[in-house]
Amino acid sequence: MSSRARLAVFACAGAGLAALLLWGVAGLPAFGHYQGGYGNQLERRVLPERHTTNLVGAVVFDYRALDTLGEEFILFSAVLGVALLLRKNREQQIDEAPDDTVRSDAIRIVGLFLVAPAFLLGLWLVAFGYVTPGGGFQGGVVLAGALLLVYLTGSIHRYTAVTPRTAVEMGEAGGAGAFVVLGLVGLIAEAAYLQNFLGLGKQGTLESGGSIALLNWATAIEVTAAMLLLFKEFLEEYVVAAGR
Amino acid sequence: MSYLPYVVAGWLFLVGLYGVVTSRNLIHLAVCLTVMQSSTYVLLLAIGYKHRSSAPIFYGIPAGSRVVDPVVQALTLTDIVVSVTVVALILSLALDVHDQAKTVDPEKIVEVSG
Repeated sequence: MSSRARLAVFACAGAGLAALLLWGVAGLPAFGHYQGGYGNQLERRVLPERHTTNLVGAVVFDYRALDTLGEEFILFSAVLGVALLLRKNREQQIDEAPDDTVRSDAIRIVGLFLVAPAFLLGLWLVAFGYVTPGGGFQGGVVLAGALLLVYLTGSIHRYTAVTPRTAVEMGEAGGAGAFVVLGLVGLIAEAAYLQNFLGLGKQGTLESGGSIALLNWATAIEVTAAMLLLFKEFLEEYVVAAGR
Repeated sequence: MSYLPYVVAGWLFLVGLYGVVTSRNLIHLAVCLTVMQSSTYVLLLAIGYKHRSSAPIFYGIPAGSRVVDPVVQALTLTDIVVSVTVVALILSLALDVHDQAKTVDPEKIVEVSG
C-alpha cells in the first residue's frame, strides 16, 4: 500500500475512532466525580480487614493478587522472549568484552556516592511497600537501576561481577515461582488461592498485612532480576557489535 | 474542562496510532506504541480521581479520609513495569529483523525468508 493510501485509510479510521472515543467520554462521570463501587468499598474496608496502610499495596498483593500473578508472568515471558531472541546467534561472551572502564574521575566519584544510596532507597521502597508509598514493583526497578549505575560509572566487567548470571536467572525464576507457591500456601492453609494466610499484625508497621509482605518481596526479586537480565542481554548484544 | 483528562487520553492514543501507521523505523514504532500505552495510564488515573481526596495511603492522614481509587493505581503501576519489558521484547525483535533484512524500515522489509 502506498503511504498516501495508508494515510487516507488512517484518516478515516482515526476520525471514526476519535468520534467513538468522544461519544464514550461524554457518558463517563465528569473528572473528579468518581462513581466506582469497588474503590469506595476498598477505601472503607482495607484498614479493618488487612491493617495495610498502603491501599495500592493491598490491592496488588491481596485483593487482586491473581491479576498480579498474571502480570508477573507477562513480565517473565517477555524477558524470556528477549533472552531467547538475543541469545540465538551469539558467539561472543560478555567476559570477552573490551575494557570500557569509565576514565573520568568525576563520573566514578558520582557512582561511588550514588550506588549505595540508590540501592538502599530500593530496599526501603520494597520493605515499606505496603505501609508507605512504594512496593515490590517500584522498589525492584530502583534496585535494578542502582546496579545498572555500576555499569554506567564503572565498567561492563564490574557490572557482570555484581550481577552473576546464575543469581539473576534464579531470581527471575524464583520470584515468579515463589508467587505461585505462596498462592498455593493460601489455598492449603485457608480456603482460596492467594488468600492471606498470616496474622494481620499492627497497622503501620512491617508486620501488618499478613502474607502481603511475602508476595511483595517475591515480586521485588522477580522485577529486579527481570530488569537486570534485560540489561545483561542488551549489553551482550552491544559487546558482540563492538567485537565486529 | 471536566472532561479534559479523558480527551488527553484519547488524543495520546490517536497520536501514537498515527506514529505507528506512518513509522519508517521499527525503533520509532516501539516508542509510538509506548505513547499509545501511556494513554491507558492517563485514562485509568483520571477515572479513579476524586475531588478533595488524598493518595490512597492511610499513613499520616486520619482514618476515614476520602482517598482516590487504589484499584486503577494498582493497574497503572503494574502496567508501567510490564510495558518496559514488553518494549524490550519488541526492540529485540527489531534487532532480529535488522540481522535478517539489514534494515529497520518496515516499508523495505518486503519478504522474510525462513
